[in-house]
Amino acid sequence: MDFDLNDDQRLIKESLGKLLSSRYGDFAKRDSYIKQQDGFDRAVWADYAEAGILALPLPEAHGGFGGGPVETMIVLEEIGAALAIEPYLTAIVLCCGLIVRGGSDAVKADILPKIASGAAIAALAQVERGSRFDLHDVSLAARKDGDHYVLEGEKSVVIGGGVADHFIVTARTSGQRRDLSGITLFLVDAKTPGVSRRAYPTQDGYQAAEISFGQVRVPAAQIIGTLDQGLPLLRRSVDEAIAGLCAEAVGAMAALTEMTIDYLKTRKQFGVAIGSFQALQHRAVDMQVQLEQARSMAIFATLSVDEEDAATRSTAVSAAKVQIGRAARFIGQTATQLHGGIGVTQEYKGGHYFKRLTMIDQMFGDSEHHLRLVAAAGGLLPAA
Amino acid sequence: MDLNLTAEEAAFRDEVRAFIARELSPETRAKMILGREIGKKDIVDWQRKLNARGWAVPNWPVEYGGQGWSPMQEYLFQTEIEQAPAPASLPFNTSMVGPVIATFGSAEQKAKFLPATANLDIWWCQGFSEPGAGSDLAGLKTTARREGDVYVVNGQKTWTTMAQYADWIFMLVRTNPQAEKKQQGISFLLIDMKTPGITVRPIQLLDGGHEVNEVFFDEVKVPVENLVGEENRGWDYAKFLLGNERMGIARVGVSRQRLRRVRELAALERVGDETLLDQPWFREKLANTEIELKALEITQLRVVAEARKRGKHGQPDPNSSILKIRGSEIQQATTELMMDVVGPFVAPFPASIDDEDQTNDPPIGPDYAAAAGPTYFNWRKISIYGGSNEIQRNIIAKAILGF
Ligand SMILES: Cc1cc2nc3c(=O)[nH]c(=O)nc-3n(C[C@H](O)[C@H](O)[C@H](O)COP(=O)(O)OP(=O)(O)OC[C@H]3O[C@@H](n4cnc5c(N)ncnc54)[C@H](O)[C@@H]3O)c2cc1C
Repeated sequence: MDFDLNDDQRLIKESLGKLLSSRYGDFAKRDSYIKQQDGFDRAVWADYAEAGILALPLPEAHGGFGGGPVETMIVLEEIGAALAIEPYLTAIVLCCGLIVRGGSDAVKADILPKIASGAAIAALAQVERGSRFDLHDVSLAARKDGDHYVLEGEKSVVIGGGVADHFIVTARTSGQRRDLSGITLFLVDAKTPGVSRRAYPTQDGYQAAEISFGQVRVPAAQIIGTLDQGLPLLRRSVDEAIAGLCAEAVGAMAALTEMTIDYLKTRKQFGVAIGSFQALQHRAVDMQVQLEQARSMAIFATLSVDEEDAATRSTAVSAAKVQIGRAARFIGQTATQLHGGIGVTQEYKGGHYFKRLTMIDQMFGDSEHHLRLVAAAGGLLPAA
Repeated sequence: MDLNLTAEEAAFRDEVRAFIARELSPETRAKMILGREIGKKDIVDWQRKLNARGWAVPNWPVEYGGQGWSPMQEYLFQTEIEQAPAPASLPFNTSMVGPVIATFGSAEQKAKFLPATANLDIWWCQGFSEPGAGSDLAGLKTTARREGDVYVVNGQKTWTTMAQYADWIFMLVRTNPQAEKKQQGISFLLIDMKTPGITVRPIQLLDGGHEVNEVFFDEVKVPVENLVGEENRGWDYAKFLLGNERMGIARVGVSRQRLRRVRELAALERVGDETLLDQPWFREKLANTEIELKALEITQLRVVAEARKRGKHGQPDPNSSILKIRGSEIQQATTELMMDVVGPFVAPFPASIDDEDQTNDPPIGPDYAAAAGPTYFNWRKISIYGGSNEIQRNIIAKAILGF
């Protein structure tokens, strides 16, 4: 049993922490990044590239540093604490994970170095209008045509989709809308004729896009994973992304809890610090309790990502998502309440943590969804 | 004991319902259903329609346009408006400053302000809170010093809702900094927003909307005839005002309308081969909130019945703090259910949702999705303003439990 970081990991944490505080320390800067055309600041992305953060989880064979789930956890926790808005989770953890596991050697050799250097960005186009949170609910069709596939359909709420140079698209190559098999992942160059997109901001300062694929021709060599059997691969990478998201939430919750405690100690009403009211102290204590429970489950998810048995892995990750989602809601709402009016303003940083935490709960399935998955899997305890 | 309305009460409710169905503009109603921000015009138009019918200020004394309704009628009226849904009449006018002027104002003030306030020819805003005086309202620092026949006002108010539309502001100001108790040195002043020395600065809320402001006062000269009642008695008038405010705070009709809407939309939301409404967990969650709301409705009716016994000008009922706590929590729960309904489409934040002259871009996802996130964030305010839920708990602890 060991919950400590090793020296290399501590170094990553410190150097990224420094990088982020230079970029985000002045909170007003975040708003200026959001307002840029791309929805974030390319210079910050370049900083990540230079610091090796983009290459961190990539295999050494492709110019990366071979980082694992713990390294990803460290990075995302820092990102969460800084409220950084670059699409690291989706572009690096999720899409690179898919490419590393499922791309052909040629694809890997072509794409991964570009991503590691920051020259290219990838996004996962998975959600559809009626798919809700089910990864296997796929209507977008891919029809074989010689050595190409022709994609036709729409994808929604593609995080980072406005700037992506490459999409990984979930498509139906056989079977019915909700069949578990018959799903194939395609790596699609965003400049391919027939791809069009409509980018927009999200509630939490990110950018997303609606993507339309109209008779988009993709070479069969661009399939990620195996034909018709894309779902297990997708699940594997989404689980890894969820573990990262849990870590991000922990970073945000820790920062928000700390801000709230500081506020209670400094805000005066009735001639005293409001933190002197025991009613409020107990609310802050409950935030802290939720935070620690969430942190434990983020660690559990992180250490389950490489679990061999897919069902065990997914259930562990779902369990973490439930705990994180609930903690995020409780901490977000309580922090807002304890700040009084200030808590509901755009000027105040706390509210932006609240918004991000709310969107994290909803991403890749909300707590309600994952609770159902854990229950359907028979719960978490092994039989006695 | 009987939960049914009397025949007269039922007839009254039907009359109100028919009036709303006939008179409410379909555009205003559509905006309210979609959760879009309603503008100044929607509110003014609606209040004038009510006023033409004699219903803008039913709670005022009869000689100033009140209807002499029973607490039950007031409750039925409000609930019908809420569940229509129609705009609430502007609380600053109808439940705050109007009753204060009608009760404590001079004859000149009544003549000058009451008809215009009922008809929303004057839009009022409430200048109570300050950066250093929120829950501790009596800690306010904005001063008014008497110089001949004017008060000179200096200081800052904040959280002033819709001050950007306001013609006048009613204020609590400190007129006697030496008073023994801080509540004793406060006066109630009416100030024309066009007076030189007033600056309004917008505050953006979490949903990006502009509904509150900071208001700064720099040597603002206010004629002494704009003092309400007696100097240094403002705290009493403010307590009277806040007591009036708390009655309607449960907003049972608002939650009822929203829960109906959640049920309707959940039946459209696809989950696998079924709908969201088919999912047992969702039905249970929705049913739970409906149960809470039913309890609140009956608790509110009990408070209403009690008010009938106490008579109109009895002390404010500390039980109304229960209504504020549960009312705000249930309204907030409806926003969480709405997020459950829209699923992944809670994320998009198209800049133009509240824009009057918005572009014709199609919505992202279903049209009702756009407001789900912003309303969830924005409605956290309901448990903060009007006496935060912690302050309401303090009231119950003291006034009911005797701690
Ligand atoms: C959207 C919005 C609109 C508003 N509109 C208006 C308006 O038009 N006019 C106007 O005058 N004001 C308005 N207000 C102000 C509102 O009344 C205050 O925000 C409210 O009184 C709380 O004050 P505060 O924000 O300073 O919080 P604080 O008083 O600083 O409270 C911070 C936290 O401490 C808690 N707390 C404070 N004292 C105690 C205690 N004794 N025991 C336990 N807990 C305590 C509070 O409940 C809260 O959780 C508005 C506020 C909002 C958010």
